[in-house]
Amino acid sequence: MSSTASNNSEATGLLPIAPFLRISDQGEAHLEGSRCKSCGAVFLGERATCSKCTTRDQMEAIELSNRGELYVYSIVFRSFPGVEVPYVSAVVDLEGGGTVKGTLLNVDPDPEKIRMGMPVEVIYRKAPRKDAEGNEYLTYYFQPRG
Amino acid sequence: MSDVYVVGADMIKFGRFPAISVPKLGARAAHMALDDAGLTMNDIQALYSGNLVQAAAMVGQRILAEIGQTGIPVVNCANACATGATAFREGWMSIKAGVYDVVLCVGTEQMGKGLLGGGGGKKGIPTEGLLGSGTMPAVFAEAGMEHQRKYGTTLEQFAGVSVKNHHHSTMNPKAMYQIETPLETVMNAEMIAYPNTKLMCSVNVDGAAAAVICSEQKARELGLMSRAVRVRASVLTSDPYQERNLQMPDVNTCTQRAASTAYEAAGVGPDEIDLVELHDCFATAEILHYGNLGLCEPEDAGAFLDDGQTTLGGKCPVNVSGGLLSKGHPLGATGIANIYEICTHLRGEAGKRQVDGAKLGLTHVIGLGSACGIHILERPS
Ligand SMILES: [Zn+2]
Repeated sequence: MSSTASNNSEATGLLPIAPFLRISDQGEAHLEGSRCKSCGAVFLGERATCSKCTTRDQMEAIELSNRGELYVYSIVFRSFPGVEVPYVSAVVDLEGGGTVKGTLLNVDPDPEKIRMGMPVEVIYRKAPRKDAEGNEYLTYYFQPRG
Repeated sequence: MSDVYVVGADMIKFGRFPAISVPKLGARAAHMALDDAGLTMNDIQALYSGNLVQAAAMVGQRILAEIGQTGIPVVNCANACATGATAFREGWMSIKAGVYDVVLCVGTEQMGKGLLGGGGGKKGIPTEGLLGSGTMPAVFAEAGMEHQRKYGTTLEQFAGVSVKNHHHSTMNPKAMYQIETPLETVMNAEMIAYPNTKLMCSVNVDGAAAAVICSEQKARELGLMSRAVRVRASVLTSDPYQERNLQMPDVNTCTQRAASTAYEAAGVGPDEIDLVELHDCFATAEILHYGNLGLCEPEDAGAFLDDGQTTLGGKCPVNVSGGLLSKGHPLGATGIANIYEICTHLRGEAGKRQVDGAKLGLTHVIGLGSACGIHILERPS
């Protein structure tokens, strides 16, 4: 498996799998969030209005942490055709705010091996799928940390 | 404002009817509910139609094309799995507002087989499996794992929901399945999304249900009060801001809020509810709602099930119809089918699965994304 894209330039030329995954010109990837200057709520991705307090135009873009903890998960054994199973679907709370859903790698798909609350980190990889036009994508995953 | 009464309610037996059109399914249920009330389409002043999969296809008008184009207003509703309850509630509001005296509410759905949810948007690449899972079994598995994380709920307890609801369905001839399903069978079934096995996922079926509702004055005029079920509360909520709910749908807060509003509107407490039909789209979901609806403390939900409190004969039987797990879950029909089930008990007409002496019943549905619909119904006086 390749090293994380955040410390090399392999992400250059890839499209982000989701709008909140940002890739700099140097190929550095991060998850983007926004924080409400009025109430402090943190959201995944860009937005203009806070859905917690309804304040408009007081959202500031922030770079979300690549460190977090596993909140909950499910081990998926049946999915759509072409999707490799099993895999671990995970909801992760990031340090400093923001919750993101993704696939947890590098852990056995076994409830005995997965602990809710375990520290995880966000890693960035080339996605194993191309779109209809042949474009390649950068995706993010989680893996156990420390 | 007038009280609103259900004067006719029925559902078709849920099953797989690929050769019958959605409007024809709805027409059958509509005729059954009209017959139950002893009324005809000429008595109906408006139609509230719930259907999700064909939300853009004017299902309500097409039902009228089957049973009587009387020119009445039609409202087509879509609100995920709360679609049927929303259609019913729109009808309820029209009578509450004094606009109409007698309206018909119909919920229909034709499902096909397979997984719901997931897949991602049209642009880019499919995200399923790369960004976790958007499939419904996984989403509700994660909701169940949150309950396990907080309260230590066990795999056996989640599976026990399915055992109970399948047991109940053996007494309901309108359920898709009527098969006893022991714990080992549930737990050893194919794992779909841990901890939900195949037998802990609701059954995709085709179905339709309908209710005729009217004002108190009209029910008296028509001589229908002896079997009229009074709507004591009708509540719809969406999910308020939660730090995680844009990534992880929250079915708890909207249910808690809808329940407290409904109990307040009805002037009753959860202790007074004799039976509940709640949204067991997955076995993991049912346990969450015991606490959300105030049937017990959230941390006691697993034990509440284990002790048989939610089984027929227990303190508050839940899903004696067999629930979505065994009766089946035709999305747009489910909310009205739940209302039919409660009405049947309140009228003392539920046969082998009758909850003895039922005076008050509660229906609950969740449309993911999220919408929660709750109705509290009272037996004819
Ligand atoms: Zn705010």
